[in-house]
Parts: sequence; structure tokens; C-alpha cells
Amino acid sequence: MKGLAFSKRNDLEILRDPLNLGFGVGFPVVLLLLLTVIQRNIPVALFEIERLAPGIAVFGLSFMTLFSATLIAKDRGSSFLQRLYATPLTAGDFILGYLLPILPVSMAQSVICYGVAVLLGLKVTVHIVTAVLFTLPAALLFVSLGLLCGSIFTDKQVGGICGALLTNLTAWLSGIWFDLGLVGGAFQRSANLLPFVHAVEMERAVLQGDYAGVFPHIWWVAGWAAAVTAIAVFAFLRQMKRQ
Amino acid sequence: MDAIKTVDLTKKYRDLTAVDALNLTVRQGELLSLLGVNGAGKTTTIKMLTGLTKPTSGDAFLNGKSILTDSAAVKAMIAVSPQETAVAPNLTVRENLELMAGVHGFNKDEAKDKVTELCGRFDLGEVANKKAGKLSGGWQRRLSIAMALVSGPQILFLDEPTLGLDVLARGELWDMIRSLKGKLTVILTTHYMEEAEALSDRVAIMKSGRLLLTGTPAQIKRLAGTDKFDEAFVRIVKEGQT
Repeated sequence: MKGLAFSKRNDLEILRDPLNLGFGVGFPVVLLLLLTVIQRNIPVALFEIERLAPGIAVFGLSFMTLFSATLIAKDRGSSFLQRLYATPLTAGDFILGYLLPILPVSMAQSVICYGVAVLLGLKVTVHIVTAVLFTLPAALLFVSLGLLCGSIFTDKQVGGICGALLTNLTAWLSGIWFDLGLVGGAFQRSANLLPFVHAVEMERAVLQGDYAGVFPHIWWVAGWAAAVTAIAVFAFLRQMKRQ
Repeated sequence: MDAIKTVDLTKKYRDLTAVDALNLTVRQGELLSLLGVNGAGKTTTIKMLTGLTKPTSGDAFLNGKSILTDSAAVKAMIAVSPQETAVAPNLTVRENLELMAGVHGFNKDEAKDKVTELCGRFDLGEVANKKAGKLSGGWQRRLSIAMALVSGPQILFLDEPTLGLDVLARGELWDMIRSLKGKLTVILTTHYMEEAEALSDRVAIMKSGRLLLTGTPAQIKRLAGTDKFDEAFVRIVKEGQT
């Protein structure tokens, strides 16, 4: 009950911020529309809606890091957390309160993304529902990255690091915009060590109903999500102790 | 029983002793102002008393409960209104109050009753449905204190409650703080001497982590040989008089 009140507050703070809605929903939808138009004029296999929609769904999740990190960094900066630390809320309430409410927001964003993709010609199948569910490990990864960044950086730093750096990393290293094999070498090897391309490939496989194709990508995403969540919890507890 | 009793309460950060063997007693229902120049140890003292930081040595008892061994009981009886305005900006005034009720474990009906009571008591009704972030500084501080009172605390810590407010907003907030006197124990930190003089039952002056003296504003002026409280404070701090 106590943690629920805190979670509800975090949800409201995020959903009532017009910038969040603009970036979180509007930007991925605009990209989807734009790249679909480009694909129609200059056909590129990568931008076919069946391959593009999963990529944009994962890319859109990178904004969850920005939302989460901004909220936490602002709470720290405004002494809001100091107030709440003096209440009976436990460390677990804080961590779950910051992590859990953003997961449904992530799911809603994926639903919107695939919904727009359907309007743009994506065939309606049950695999869309599964694809939305399979965004969860990646969503946890991005939300935990938000907890980590929000626990370390100020709200101004978060804007640059999560808003610019992370979204670009996700975009460049995920194979959404170009085939990583075209660059090859160290670039591709580095990308394959990170979770972004695996999250996209996993989504693409699920959307095609190729559930065997989920492996080994899901291990990469789940592994990164578990590791980042553990580090984020450590960083949050550390800043909590410092405050 | 004393509301607060500190016993050789000490906080050290490497080479710096922020609070040095503080022995302070606050009576129940009393409003005590904690005064001192920057670095005197006021904020660290409040952080220790509210469980935000652990003392290096010593202990403090709030209504008999140790901050070291009974922190959950201590947290259940205190509330803090931090120095900076600590409200959720995208939540309405009502939602901010409901949030505090929720984190203290109130059920829906209890929360509703408490919020209605506080809105009436502190004239927050007219702004109850406005987002907190859109309120003026004075209204935000008013909300901030009301949020601290949701849990019905026995001890309230007000850290620089009127910092940065204009004279009218400050006067209104003083009335709000005066209305709390006698009903709960209040520890106030402020840099405004006239505020401490106007509101306090007693004042405690700290310097370099040590308690210089405690007394009523009148006693402190008499001790310093002046009828102006701000002059008395300056003399006492400069001379380190005890």
C-alpha cells in the first residue's frame, strides 16, 4: 500500500509531462511514418514494416531511460526524496516504486507503435501481442538504466546522457537504421556485445512467429537487464545512504 | 518525558567534525529554533535526528525511542519539511497530500478525511486541484508543511521554512507555524533572526558543531547585553560565549 502510493505518484509525474508524451510516443511514431514513406519511394528491405516496427518499438524504449532518470534526478535535486526518506517507506519501496510504474508505460508505448505499424500495413497476427510482451526484458533494461543514471547524475546531466547519448547509442548499435554487417569489424563485434541489437532481433523473430529465433538474443537482453538492474539498485542505495 | 534528548551526539566526516558531542533537550510541545552560521552543524543534527544519516557516536532519543536502535518507531513519529520546496510538481495539491497519506499507510477513507482536514486548516481548499508546480513559492511552502503534517507527527522538523519568501508570504507562514505551537514539538532552523525571535519558545545556538547555549530569546538578549536579538546572536557566535 505504501509503495503503491509512491508508484502511483511516479506514474502521474511521468504521464503528465507533455515533453515525455511528445518524445515517448510522438517521436517513434513520426520515425515510423517517415521511414515508411521513404521505403515506399526507395524500397529498402530494412525499412519494410515487418522489420522496421520491431526496431522502432525497441528504440522507443530508450526514452524510458530518460523519463525514469529525469524523475529520479529531479526528486533528488529538489529534496523530495529527503522528505520521503524520513517516512516509513523502505529502500525496496523506493526501488520498485521507480522501476515498476514505467513498465506499463513502456508496454503502452509498444502497443501504440505496433498499432501505428498496423495502420501502415503490418499484418495483424497474434504475434503482435507476443512481440509487445517480449519488449519487457528490454523495457526493464532501459528503466533500470534510468534508475542508475538518475541515482548518479543531476537532472541537467541526465538530459545530455540519457536524452542524447543513450538514444544515439541505441539507434546506431541496434541495426535498426542499417545492417551492422555493412560496417562489420570491431563496430559489429561491439554492437553484438551490447543488448540493443539483440533486443531488436528478438522482436523481429517474435513478430515473424519464429520463436526459435528468439535465442540466443533473449539471453543477451535478459543478462544485460539483470546486470544493469543490480548495478542500479546498488547505485540507488548508495546515494540513499549519502543523502 | 522530553520530546528530544541527545546524548553526546557526534558526526564526523573524515577530518571534519560536523557535530561535536551535542547534548540538547527539547520539551514536548516546545518550538525550538536551531541557529548558527553556515557549517554550524544544524542540518547534520537534523539529518541525524530524522534518520537520514547515522551518528558517528552518541545517541538521541525521540519520545524515548533511540535513533540507533528504534529508527522505525522514530520515523513513525516525525515529519520533515525540507529546506527546498519538496513537492511533486505535476501532482495537484490534493494529490500531494494523498501521496503522503498513502506512504504512511492510510486507507482511502482515512486519507480523504485527512486531506480535507488539512485543506481546511491551512486554507489550501482554493488551490486543492491546482498542480503544485504552478503555485507561488509561498503556497508551495504552505503545502510542503501541510504534507509534513499528514501523518500526525509528534515532532516536526522545519528546515528554513521561509527561505526566499516575500514578507507577506513569510508572515502568512509564521501564522501557520504559530498555529502548531503546543500541539506538537517543532524544531526549526532558520537564518532569519526575527523569525527565530518571533516564533521560538527557546533557541539553541550552534557553532562549529558545538552547542554554545540554549535559552529563550529574552534570556539570550539579556546574556549578550543587548535588546536586539540579531546583535545578541552575532555577539554570542563571535565570542563563542557559553
